[in-house]
Amino acid sequence: MTPADLDFVAALVRAHAGVVIRADKAFFIETRLGPVARREKVPGVPALLEKLRQTPDPVLTRQVVEATLMQETSFFRDRAVFERIGKVLLPELAARRPDGRLRVLCAGCATGQEAYSIAMLATDLAAPAAVEIVAVDFGQFPLEKARTGLYTHFEVQRGLPIRRLLAHFDKIDENWRIRADLRQMVQWVELNLLDDLTGLGSFDLVLCRNVLGSLTPEAQTRVLASLEAACRPDAVLVVGAQEAPTLSAAFRPAGSPGLWQRSQAVAQASASASAPVPARTQA
Amino acid sequence: MKRVRTCLVVDDSRVMRKVAIRIVEQLEFEGIEAGDGLEALTYCRAAMPDAILLDWSMPVMDGIEFLRRLRAEPDGARPVVVFCSAESRPERIRLAIDHGAAEYIMKPFDGDIIASKFEAVGLI
Repeated sequence: MTPADLDFVAALVRAHAGVVIRADKAFFIETRLGPVARREKVPGVPALLEKLRQTPDPVLTRQVVEATLMQETSFFRDRAVFERIGKVLLPELAARRPDGRLRVLCAGCATGQEAYSIAMLATDLAAPAAVEIVAVDFGQFPLEKARTGLYTHFEVQRGLPIRRLLAHFDKIDENWRIRADLRQMVQWVELNLLDDLTGLGSFDLVLCRNVLGSLTPEAQTRVLASLEAACRPDAVLVVGAQEAPTLSAAFRPAGSPGLWQRSQAVAQASASASAPVPARTQA
Repeated sequence: MKRVRTCLVVDDSRVMRKVAIRIVEQLEFEGIEAGDGLEALTYCRAAMPDAILLDWSMPVMDGIEFLRRLRAEPDGARPVVVFCSAESRPERIRLAIDHGAAEYIMKPFDGDIIASKFEAVGLI
């Protein structure tokens, strides 16, 4: 892959998903585009990109962008965050709702491990069935995998405690499939986070982890505004532990790096002065 | 000075022991090996390790029998036992957990999986 090829892919990804590709990712991109080249029956990634330059086919463009953006994910990734969500935040939020109904948004859900991790935590609540998870991703292939709930031997051994595996999965040949009751808790939506998210409704818990950091500043502002708008008055917003987004003043640190909770009182007080404040670092 | 923690790797395959020892050493454990359950039990009676990576099917004494006897030893409740076996039938895994294993790794595994499981049980 030449520097010109990399520039070409970077421009596509930036235009379609608002994501910035770093120059040191050339090898990694070539690896990811390999399967797309094979599907297209062209001899390698440079030939694939040449084909796309000649004919900017929207379907192929989308496949290239999708493959480049494929997110690495695992069950209960960043254990401390999930511990806080499962032991404190979900029970607190559920207790505040008279019917225990909670809506959770996973923005950038990739192959579904995050959404299913939340579903597993929800089974510890009094009314797991009252939890509705909406998981959104740009990628068609990752969503297909997420929907089937079928994971490899390696995937179920990264971050997933063995007791959870036994409790929530069935072994199918060499793979493991998450059970139907958990699959039914999640609704999968194919959507670009840069698009209008208002149709998804409002949420008690919004997760968007390790997505914002790779976006252009404009895209980041846009996605953050959508996510904030999707938050109910006391909702919790979860970003990557290393990410420090510029949130509005209504959001306060919620006990673990990357966790923010919207405070109703502040939201009302700052309604007239809605200028965003610089991201605060956590204690 | 901080005491170096020990991890006993119990497996009848010399190659498997070598691979596992290298991984646990990267996780800052001192790696020790035993080729079957009885050898492992002899080691534990002399010096109880902090962690045990335990194969199931082995000659002389298998992993489950070793675990049963280990837990009957004085101080035998202390080591954190992580099974590491090709056995992947859910009901068999449950049996290992019921015998007091903290976690279970299905072979084949890699360094990430061992690190992830050790983290889950608080070893790292």
